Amino acid sequence: MFGIEDFWSYALILPVAVGVLLGALVLVWWERRLLGWWQDRLGPNRVGWFGSLQALADLIKLLTKDDWLPPFGDRVFFILAPIIVTAAMLLAFVVVPFTPVLVIVESNIALLWFLAMSAMAVYGVLLGGLSSNNKYALLGGLRAAAQMVTYEVFLALSILGVVMLSGSFSLVDIVENQRDGLWHFIPQALGLVIFVIAGLAETHRLPFDLPEAEHELTAGFHTEYSGMKFGLIMAAEYVALILLSCLIVILFFGGWLGPSFLPPVVWFGIKVVIVINFFILLRAAIPRPRYDQLMSLGWKILLPLTLVNILATGAWVLGTQG
Amino acid sequence: MALPQEAAQEPPGIVSDLITRFGESTRLQTTVDDYPTVWVDRENIQDVLRFLKHDADTPYELLYDLSAIDERLRKHRDGQPASEFTVFYHLMSLSGDHDLRVKVALQDDDLHLKSVESIYPVANWYEREAFDMFGVQFDEHPNLRRILTPPLWEGHPLRKEHPARATEMEPYQYSEEFQDAQQEALKFVPEEWGMSRDAKHTDFMFLNLGPNHPSVHGVFRIALQLDGEVIVQAVPDIGYHHRGQEKMAERQSWHTYIPYTDRIDYLGGVMNNLPYVMNVERMAGITVPDRAQVIRVMLSECFRIASHLLFYGTFAQDVGQMSPVFYMFADRERLFSIIEAITGGRMHPSWFRIGGVTQDLPDGWYEMVTDFCDYMPKRLDHYEKMSLQNKILQRRTKGIGAYNTAEGLDWGITGPSLRATGSDWDLRKNRPYSSYDQFEFDIPTASNGDSYDRCVVRVEEIRQSLRIIRQCAENMPSGPYKADHRSTTPPPKERTMEHIETLIHHFLNVSWGPVVPPCESETLVEATKGWMGFYSISDGGGMAYRSRVRTPSFPALQQIPFISNGFMVADLIAIIASIDFVMADVDR
Repeated sequence: MFGIEDFWSYALILPVAVGVLLGALVLVWWERRLLGWWQDRLGPNRVGWFGSLQALADLIKLLTKDDWLPPFGDRVFFILAPIIVTAAMLLAFVVVPFTPVLVIVESNIALLWFLAMSAMAVYGVLLGGLSSNNKYALLGGLRAAAQMVTYEVFLALSILGVVMLSGSFSLVDIVENQRDGLWHFIPQALGLVIFVIAGLAETHRLPFDLPEAEHELTAGFHTEYSGMKFGLIMAAEYVALILLSCLIVILFFGGWLGPSFLPPVVWFGIKVVIVINFFILLRAAIPRPRYDQLMSLGWKILLPLTLVNILATGAWVLGTQG
Repeated sequence: MALPQEAAQEPPGIVSDLITRFGESTRLQTTVDDYPTVWVDRENIQDVLRFLKHDADTPYELLYDLSAIDERLRKHRDGQPASEFTVFYHLMSLSGDHDLRVKVALQDDDLHLKSVESIYPVANWYEREAFDMFGVQFDEHPNLRRILTPPLWEGHPLRKEHPARATEMEPYQYSEEFQDAQQEALKFVPEEWGMSRDAKHTDFMFLNLGPNHPSVHGVFRIALQLDGEVIVQAVPDIGYHHRGQEKMAERQSWHTYIPYTDRIDYLGGVMNNLPYVMNVERMAGITVPDRAQVIRVMLSECFRIASHLLFYGTFAQDVGQMSPVFYMFADRERLFSIIEAITGGRMHPSWFRIGGVTQDLPDGWYEMVTDFCDYMPKRLDHYEKMSLQNKILQRRTKGIGAYNTAEGLDWGITGPSLRATGSDWDLRKNRPYSSYDQFEFDIPTASNGDSYDRCVVRVEEIRQSLRIIRQCAENMPSGPYKADHRSTTPPPKERTMEHIETLIHHFLNVSWGPVVPPCESETLVEATKGWMGFYSISDGGGMAYRSRVRTPSFPALQQIPFISNGFMVADLIAIIASIDFVMADVDR
């Protein structure tokens, strides 16, 4: 039962988890530097080389802060919420193939696992908002529930085209399918756009950060959170961003594929960094739509578009392969 | 001056109308600002104002100001009816370009007066303020309660017996019971505002937005009655930034009050000095030399740009666009470096003086100013692409919080927020002051009066201000920067070491400050956020007997419920961002 592959995958768990969390830490710093550069200001530049230890300093601060629980809230769910978000996001990385061998579990339902985990994360946000017993958190939680459940639908529907082209839910198969033909971002351009929008809504980053919308709800669902519980929520957010970027690279940009002068894992890394930078650029540039505008964008524009995309891709697959 | 009406001047038609309608007891008073000032019986106040608003030949659409004067210690009241507390109404007719000041005499043992809130909605808060500050009871007012001071405050601060300094009071005590009582009194009780906690099918949520909230631009609290995320009713609550500017004016010399004015609209800088010093100059009869006038215009327009840039950035930021505010702060910084080079200060230079400005312009000012005028338009084009033309921003702000010109005037809205509704009333054009009539510039207007238009108008005003500044730089007159008048403060220093008389004169004007003859006067200017004015009364002393500060932000906040009901919380933020207010300007 317990073969060499199993051992390999267990051995990978710790490096992947630590790597992803470290990546989130670096990303906090990188995002702030990049925003600073784009916004004609300095950004963190004091701690370490170009401020690179700033995120670490912040982490130390968060870890040593008073671990406060709102006496008016629901203790159990208040503590559980950040754990659920972070755990769900980390668990999703179980199926992410960085290279054909660098994957913890290669599964033929990998894509479904990713969708399931991102749906789990909704619980964290929702419970965090409700258990805080704070009106701003409640409004944020409500927004999160509506927004994330809605965009969950498009997140799933938008990648069906890719699945049809590849004939598999396995992420490794999907990448391999792009080896000889076009990378999916060309035939599935529509799917990519919708996936990016839905992914942004799902990770609730600006411009779709309505559940926390600082200018309206102060901090939305995590208003009452402080210390490391707040830190976990932030970490989950950045992990989600990395996860989303990895998925985009795998589904649409040929994963680890690339000219052979660089090893596959480097290609993967380069692509992911480019996608992440794109997301940071979006954050710097675009204002936030109103909550009901985001909803009607989803149901009135994105839903018909995804259905058209699925129909067209299905017809094309039938026509060429069936 | 507060002297009996002399036959030389013909009273304006409206005054004789009032006398024929409301009887012989209607009396005329002259003031140095030449606004007709009439005293009417308190029984008639509602009828008089209703007549003036609806039936006068040129209707007075705007109740510009309403407050009171404690007259009990005033010596120079020649020809005025006996009064211990005078409530005054400053009305304006934009269609006829007239002003009218209506005064009502009250005695301390019977401070009752009918509310005019049903005629001019804007009177609601002004009456609450007069009640708060003087204890005047406005009968028929829907909710007469304190507005600027805390609910449990004792006394009425602007009454003369109320102490102005901590040294005139008992040592301050702050106990836990006191704090609890104060906090309890601040709790929002919907029933007090005629709201119910539930309707047929919904329970309303009451959300306390502020006084500390990222988007209320200071300490401003607004209690919201929410149905889901939709606003049913909103109740703004102000007073968290109240510093008693009007009380301080009564204990500072005419000269030493100038730095306090900088802090009224703290983004307006010297723009706040301008109406104050112009008012004192009119009372003292000083003519300001051309060079000083143009320098004042140039600096005021610099501050208009600085204030509008901050508005522009925070407007974009409040609808969720993260970056513009940084670019605009960087540009504002360039502007501040010019202001710093000229005045030595940045946000609060207190640089205008009675009779002129502090110093002459420094070497190199011309290059700095013209460089900025060359640099800025390109940046504005860039911002326009980035923010105003952004579709998401347009969807967030177009059609949000709209009102028309008549509604705006009902609520006392002036300045850019009124011009966004299509009115082109600008004091710089309609009543040029400080040599504005010598400049070429346009008055930008918009038509929809919504949040988006309020931003568009301000952005265009930045361009027009740049035009004015360039004209100032190209045509700066030579000559003195201070008036040659005995009340100019401080007087020119050069000759003080030559004659003992000039030395004494300098010493007195610096230490005691100038003495202003007994009179009343009001001066208003087109400030960054609307019309700002000082209405000062001198009793012949070195300090103001009463100084009324009328600011544009105060009525703008009162209007918020009227334009935001039925919208969502996110829209309220867009509306608040578009109003362009400063809490210091609201509470004073």
